[in-house]
Parts: sequence; C-alpha cells; structure tokens
Amino acid sequence: MTSQTTSEAGYAAERETTEGRVFTVTGGDWDTITGSIDPLSNEKIVVNMGPQHPSTHGVLRLVLELEGETVTQVRPVVGYLHTGIEKNLEYRNWTQGTTFVTRMDYLAPLFNEAGYCLAVEKLLGITDDITERANTIRVLFMELNRISSHLVWIATTGMELGAISMMLYGFREREYILDIFEETTGLRMNHAYFRPGGVAQDVPDSAIRKIRDLLVYLPKKLKEYEALLSGQVIWQERTQGVAVLDVTGCLSLGVTGPVLRSAGLAWDLRKTMPYCGYEDYEFDVPTATTADVWGRYLVRMAEIRESLKLVEQALDKLKPGPVMIADKKIAWPAQLAVGLDGSGNSLEHVAKIMGQSMESLIHHFKLVTEGFRVPAGQVYVGIEHPRGELGVHAVSDGGTHPYRVHYRDPSFVNLQAIPAMAEGALLADVIAGGASLDPVMGGCDR
Amino acid sequence: MSLEPTPEGAQLGSPAEIPSSPEKGMFGIHGTGDVSGFGGLVRPRAAVAGTPRPFGGYFDEVYDALEEAYPGFADAIEKVVVDRGELTLHIKAERIAEVCQIMRNDESLRFELCSSVDAVDYLSSDNRRFHLCYQLTSMTYRRRVRLEAAVSDGVSLPSVTSVYPTADWQEREIYDMFGVVFSGHPNLTRILMPDDWEGHPQRKDYPLGGVPVEYKGAEIPPPDQRRVYQ
Repeated sequence: MTSQTTSEAGYAAERETTEGRVFTVTGGDWDTITGSIDPLSNEKIVVNMGPQHPSTHGVLRLVLELEGETVTQVRPVVGYLHTGIEKNLEYRNWTQGTTFVTRMDYLAPLFNEAGYCLAVEKLLGITDDITERANTIRVLFMELNRISSHLVWIATTGMELGAISMMLYGFREREYILDIFEETTGLRMNHAYFRPGGVAQDVPDSAIRKIRDLLVYLPKKLKEYEALLSGQVIWQERTQGVAVLDVTGCLSLGVTGPVLRSAGLAWDLRKTMPYCGYEDYEFDVPTATTADVWGRYLVRMAEIRESLKLVEQALDKLKPGPVMIADKKIAWPAQLAVGLDGSGNSLEHVAKIMGQSMESLIHHFKLVTEGFRVPAGQVYVGIEHPRGELGVHAVSDGGTHPYRVHYRDPSFVNLQAIPAMAEGALLADVIAGGASLDPVMGGCDR
Repeated sequence: MSLEPTPEGAQLGSPAEIPSSPEKGMFGIHGTGDVSGFGGLVRPRAAVAGTPRPFGGYFDEVYDALEEAYPGFADAIEKVVVDRGELTLHIKAERIAEVCQIMRNDESLRFELCSSVDAVDYLSSDNRRFHLCYQLTSMTYRRRVRLEAAVSDGVSLPSVTSVYPTADWQEREIYDMFGVVFSGHPNLTRILMPDDWEGHPQRKDYPLGGVPVEYKGAEIPPPDQRRVYQ
C-alpha cells in the first residue's frame, strides 16, 4: 500500500500502485467513482483485428489503438501464412521451382511463375531465345490473370464496404477466367504453367474460343459494376478522401502498382522496363490524382479495360510455332498427353525412350531427375504484378538447384503503408484503406 | 557424438538435428539423399572477380556520379561487378547507409525507390558469409543498380530505414531469416517466424524439415522419427 485516501462519500478507498489507481469499493456508490475518473484518458482501447477476420484478406492481424472510433495507432502483424517456399526452392531443381512459386500469391499465380522463369532465363542467358509464341502466351495469360486478380479486388472490397452483390458478380466473372486457365493448364490455380524456357503446353483452340467470348462478355459486365458502384453515395462516401497516400509517401514506403498510380505517377514496369515483348503492345497506363481509395478503384477498373486490350492484341499476335525453347538441354523432352484416366504421359514418348533410343532415355532421366545447370551468378528481375512490382532475386552457384531465390512481393512491401494511411482516421477507414492495398497474405508471407 | 558434424544452425539453438546415424537418414535413405548424383561433390565457388572499366551502358555514369558525390567513395567501394546486364557495387557494410543516402539524393543518381533488400548466405565460400543485396531503382532515369554489402556472422551493419523507410520490414525479414542485425533499425523483431522461434531458417546450415511442429496438446515429430521407410 502506497497511499490511501477516502473519497468524499466515504465509500471507496483508492490507492496508487505501480499498475495504476486501484479502488476498493465497499457497498459502493459507482457514480462517485466513475465521476472522478477523467473520461478522455481512459477511453483508449486496444483492439486486435484478425488474424481471423473477414476483411483482412486472409490472416493479416492489425493491432489497433482506438480513442473512441478514431484510430491512433495501427501495427500490422504478418507471418501467419509463412510456408518457407524460398527455403524449399533450394532443395529442388530449377524446373521444379515454378511449382513452388506459383503458390505464393494465389490470386496472381502466373505472375509468380513469370517472374521466376524470367529470372532463370536471364541467369541462363536465353532471354532472347524464348519463342515468339511462348512470349505471347505469357502476356496473354498474365493479362487474364491481372483481370481475375482485379475482379477479386473489386469483389472483396465491395463486400467489405457493404456492396455484397458486387462480391457475387466479381467472383462469377473471375470463374470465367479460371475456366480458361483450367482448359489450358489443367488447374484453376497453382498452374506451374510457365516453365524456364517457355510454357508447359500449348493453348488449346477451345481456350482461345473462350477468351474471345470473354472479350465480348466482360466489357458489358464492367459497365454493370460501374452502374452499381460509381454513382452510389455509400460507395463514394466510403472511398473518396479515405486512406490518402501521396507519391512521396508511396515511394518512401516502397508502394508500387495501382496505389502509386492512383497518386498520379504513371510508373508501370510494362512500360518503363518492358519484358516479354510488352514494348510491342498498345496500351495506356491509367492514373488518378486523388491518391485515395476512390482513385484506386478508378485505376483498377481502367486497368481491367487496358488488360482486355492487351489480351485482344495478344490473340491477334498468336502465330503457330513452338512454345518451348529449342535447346533440348533445357526443354523437357515429352509433352504430356491426356490418357483415359484424365492424366498421363505421352505414350508415344514412353514407347520411344523405352523401346528405341537408349540415349533418349538417358537424356530424359538426367533432365528430369537432375535438371539442367545454371551458370553461377545473380540477377534481379522486376515485373508489374497486379499489386505492384514483383521482384525476383535469383542466385545460382552453378548447380542444378537454385542457391537462393528471394521474392520481393508487393503485398509484403505495400502492407507497411497501412499505418500511414489509417492512423488518425476512423476505424471503418482502416478496412477501406487496407482493402485498397489489395494484400494477399500468401504472397506477403511466402 | 555421431560421425556427422552437428550443423551450425543446431548449435545456434535450432530445434532441428540431422539424423543421428550416418547410415540411415530421413525416410530410411542412405547418404545425403540427393538423387542428382552430385551431392557428394563439393563445388568450390569461384570468387566473383571485379569488372574492369568501361562497364558499358549507364553503368559508367552511375559509377562516376557516385564517385563525384560521395567523398568517401574510394574507401567505401570494394569492387564493381557487371554481369548479365546488371551493375553490382560492392560496398563496405559500415558505409551502406551513407551510400544509400547519396544514391537517393544526388540529382545525377536519383534512386528514389529501394525495390528490394534481401540477403544471401555464402556459407563456406566467403568468410563474410552474409551478403546483403539492395536493389535500387531510379524512376527518373529508369535505371537499376544493386548494392551488395558483406558481413560475417555476429557483425551488425547500419540500417537503411532512415533513407528508405520501405526497408523496415525487409530488414526485419533478413534478421528473422538470417540473424543479421541492423543497427539503428526502429523495431528489429521477427516478422515471419513466431516470436519465440529459435534459429534462423534461411541460413545454409539450418536444415530443411525435421523441426517438430507443435499443436495444442500434441507434438508432431520430425519426419525421420515418425516411421522408417525401408
């Protein structure tokens, strides 16, 4: 006991301890106690939002310090989805790596694969040998993937800000694109479709027809979304002037992608540092000047339209030809063929290596079990991911396995901006601001 | 102790251990389990040689601009490597924050964006085993450059968060994964692994797998102790 006094009414004794003021109530009169406490200094509460919260896009945890409904401090906590993909890569050969990296950012798997493959190809020095058709297919599928990723963004953000029907529409249209992916790669997500040297399989005609249908179908739907959202007062109130982050803030925090472009800087790696032949396509880089959630909405809607333009151009550019590099020391010898059970090897190829050519068998065995070697060195490749710059730093020691692969995932870097956007704003704006960054925790935590 | 040396990661407090018998490893395999056939070969990694001038492209301009703007240039730079169309400036670790400051502010350099910071563990091929790689991007000039700083285990280097606040989480990730300490970092704590994790998983001497996984009321043993696959 440090000091003890009795309050006016004589009911509650209070004393100061190291933990704070402690009241001893005897038959108490609560009014006299609560009246003597300063209401402002005691209103501060700390709230854990997440890691299991519907509007945290997975397992993001935000520790919020609130004064009333005003957020005074935000501390994002990540790492709940860490899967050690970078470490695992070091124990697999270079070709197998694409199967791992596709699982990082599960809404944009083809970008993870593209970044990885471009890095490996740069290490091998074969960037210029990638066939025209393989590059066009990569652009085609990356842009489809960008659309599907943005559709999920608009869907989930709509849901979080109260437009539940938007979520249903967004996911419905995304399913259309996932059907195209399934038709081509066999999987809706986690495709492992891009491989060092090209792509795993050619695009079937049925998928091309579906893409053509999408080009007609989606623009109508985009108009519906805008009719639903753009003029709606609640949507405007929840997004305009909310979670502002200007160009200086974006650059110092490393924020890239639609968030940076919503602040007015037209920085898009497809334009500024082109790869996969993007320099041969006609497209614009949409920007806004509001630097708020509204601007990010406008930018993403415009980007979907630009991506549709790119898809159309890529379809027109798609000329018959090989989809894998000619070098037999890198390209896997067999193309998979669909068997009666729905999967399987190419029987023709199996017959050849088992019956006719021992050299082919040896070559197949060496390439599949051991993999190809990559000359020692390091490269950094940056590509424009739906969320910003996806950087791949790949290091080889000259062996058949990666020595180190690091992913600079835009979700990870962008999430640092949440405190800058949300501190001092209302609790509801944390949701809007967080959603406008479009974080995907699979990519963030890797 | 067994014939196999204990990996360094384990000595550093990692819960993982390599299989105790050299005859039988995880899943009953013999030897290293490397199916490539190259597991037993130790490949000495050739030291990366510096590139003589001219470097070509914009690399010379960047080099000259930095030399002009930074008084301690001759002392800070260790070597310049141009490989696969990329410029790498090897910088003394204790100078890295100063160099970043110049790289960002000087108007003929203007590397406004720090795209990525990560580390590579060159265990047994370099005494200063951890190489920190800073990928800088100049939006003004559309250039990229990589700064590389090497430190040995237990040696800290200055944090660049005061120059590039975006490096905050990335330096935390490096600390988490490699155990490299950045002095001057505002909050250098683990970010991806749990706070009470022991060891730094991305180190080359930290084994993959074999870490007991804890669930509430039960513990899953490492793969090699579950059953023997013969």
